[in-house]
Amino acid sequence: MIGNDIILALSIRSVRLHFLRSVLAALGIVIGVVAIASIGMMGANMTLSVTEQLSDMANKLTVTAYRGGGMMGGPGGGGGGGSSDDDQITEKEFKIIQRIVAKYGTAYTIRSESDRIEVGSNTGRATVYGLDAETMREILTVETGEYPKSTTSVVVGPTLAERLDLKIGSKIDIGDPDEGSTTTVRVVGILEERGMSMDLSTDMAIIGSDKLFTGIYGGEGEYDQVNVVVDDLTNIETVKAAIEDELNRREDTVTVQDSSRMTESITETVSTMTTFVMAIAGISLLVAAVSIFNVMMMSVNERVREIGILRSIGTQRTEILRMFIYEAGILGVVGAVIGAVASIIIGYIVVFGMVGTAEYFFAPGSIVYVPMAMAVGAAICIATGVYPAWRASNLDPIEALRAE
Amino acid sequence: MSSPVIELDGVTKIYPLPAGDVTALAGISLSIDEGEFVAIMGPSGSGKSTLLNQIGCLDRPTSGDLFLAGKNTREMDDRELTSLRLSSIGYIFQKFNLIPLLSAYENVEYPYIMKHRKNDDTGRVRDLLATVGIDEDLSTHKPNELSGGQQQRVAIARALVNDPAILLCDEPTGNLDSQTSLQIMEILADLHSRGRTLVMVTHNPETAGYADRTITIRDGMVA
Repeated sequence: MIGNDIILALSIRSVRLHFLRSVLAALGIVIGVVAIASIGMMGANMTLSVTEQLSDMANKLTVTAYRGGGMMGGPGGGGGGGSSDDDQITEKEFKIIQRIVAKYGTAYTIRSESDRIEVGSNTGRATVYGLDAETMREILTVETGEYPKSTTSVVVGPTLAERLDLKIGSKIDIGDPDEGSTTTVRVVGILEERGMSMDLSTDMAIIGSDKLFTGIYGGEGEYDQVNVVVDDLTNIETVKAAIEDELNRREDTVTVQDSSRMTESITETVSTMTTFVMAIAGISLLVAAVSIFNVMMMSVNERVREIGILRSIGTQRTEILRMFIYEAGILGVVGAVIGAVASIIIGYIVVFGMVGTAEYFFAPGSIVYVPMAMAVGAAICIATGVYPAWRASNLDPIEALRAE
Repeated sequence: MSSPVIELDGVTKIYPLPAGDVTALAGISLSIDEGEFVAIMGPSGSGKSTLLNQIGCLDRPTSGDLFLAGKNTREMDDRELTSLRLSSIGYIFQKFNLIPLLSAYENVEYPYIMKHRKNDDTGRVRDLLATVGIDEDLSTHKPNELSGGQQQRVAIARALVNDPAILLCDEPTGNLDSQTSLQIMEILADLHSRGRTLVMVTHNPETAGYADRTITIRDGMVA
């Protein structure tokens, strides 16, 4: 017995009759769907993971001196909030920031300088940070050792420690002997890895007390950067606006940055990359389409006589058309379904391998690529079947019957 | 016998070929009454198959009119002609022309489903197969598992399933041995005796002998 839709039954039987050929054609779609879906998912997972990491900093603002053109020595530079000479935040400005922030969170200062360092016979460059002792305990985590207690002890970032083979007790000479004296400090602690961050990058840095810093570089009463930590995320815009209002009333003296712009630019970069790679993966679907087209043309050519019989005993053109569209559709749908299952498995592996975590794998933004790739695969298949089907439906019944 | 069920009025068929037009039918006029059994005879290339294709609505005349049950087929589009082939015309071919993907039963059921949009639940397919001598076991086989005679029996059952007004046979015994031919002709003669209109193309005088009337075609004209 065949179901009511005998046209569909005929399509299914034709696919089954040429099983191997059909499987091979569908395989192309499987590969295409897997490629598009897993790359799409990988991109989505990267974006989600980066966004999540950056959202740790969403409650932070960095304030730096305004470096826009024509500020130095400009008219009226002496008054108001005071122009910051040499691109520094002045103590006065910091006090203003502290006053504004007090209601919403905390602000702390950072001094930094890039300098030449020497460890034994190795020389190199590193960022030297000067932080208030209390701030240091608050924002940095020491993995081994302890926080610096004197003006000659420092903590170092893990990457720097590894590169220069620094251990607790190692001595570092900071400064260029050709330009003056150097300062020798002792490592008392190595920090935990902190990764990329916009407020403070400590992995490749030496962090000492404020006193140590000003002892080497001077600059009492001025800071390179002020970091603001807001307790409630919803106040971030208010704080940002308040600082800008207060300090940039007459002219731009500071730049206040939040993490949103960084998030935006990273997300944008990842999505551009993903789209590009996905387009390359799309080529595999194109190849699959050619192979489906070939199979469909073969199927039509082999069945010319059968089409003639069907037409002569009263099958409408549209039904012949439907029969071959169904055939292409079966290949497409079967390929897309297998492809979907495979892309969940392969996608999971790829995401885990490339992003390092699969915790966002089943997030809507990621898993949506599976049905999307399925739809594209099946649609391409059906579209490819249109011309062969049209040809089949337009065969002359008498000519078709004569075919061997 | 009553009104003509098939009427041809000056039917001409010209095939345009690069080497020059070939006239297959040169103005044929004839009429066949309901319940008649007509044999069309003639040598190869005389145009008898072309004539049958016109009557069977597989082809359109270049000029002239064909009336089936009083309706002019010239005014019909492809969709209507196809419906006519499905419901009003039964075709029996020399090469049986069963659908290889379907079993014998399904081959007979196919036109039924196409017409009624549902499976046969009346037992008509089974009964027709039994009438032509195909039992239930044989009916589950695919055409390539059946002998020529069996295939032609299935083809006859298929042609009858939608109870057509006309049965067209194009050399129905042309691919069969004489013993089997006899059996097939007996089935056709039996259908005729029960009032079915049959038009049969043949070049075998013996099979033509079963018909009420023989029309001879020569060079595209009624001789």
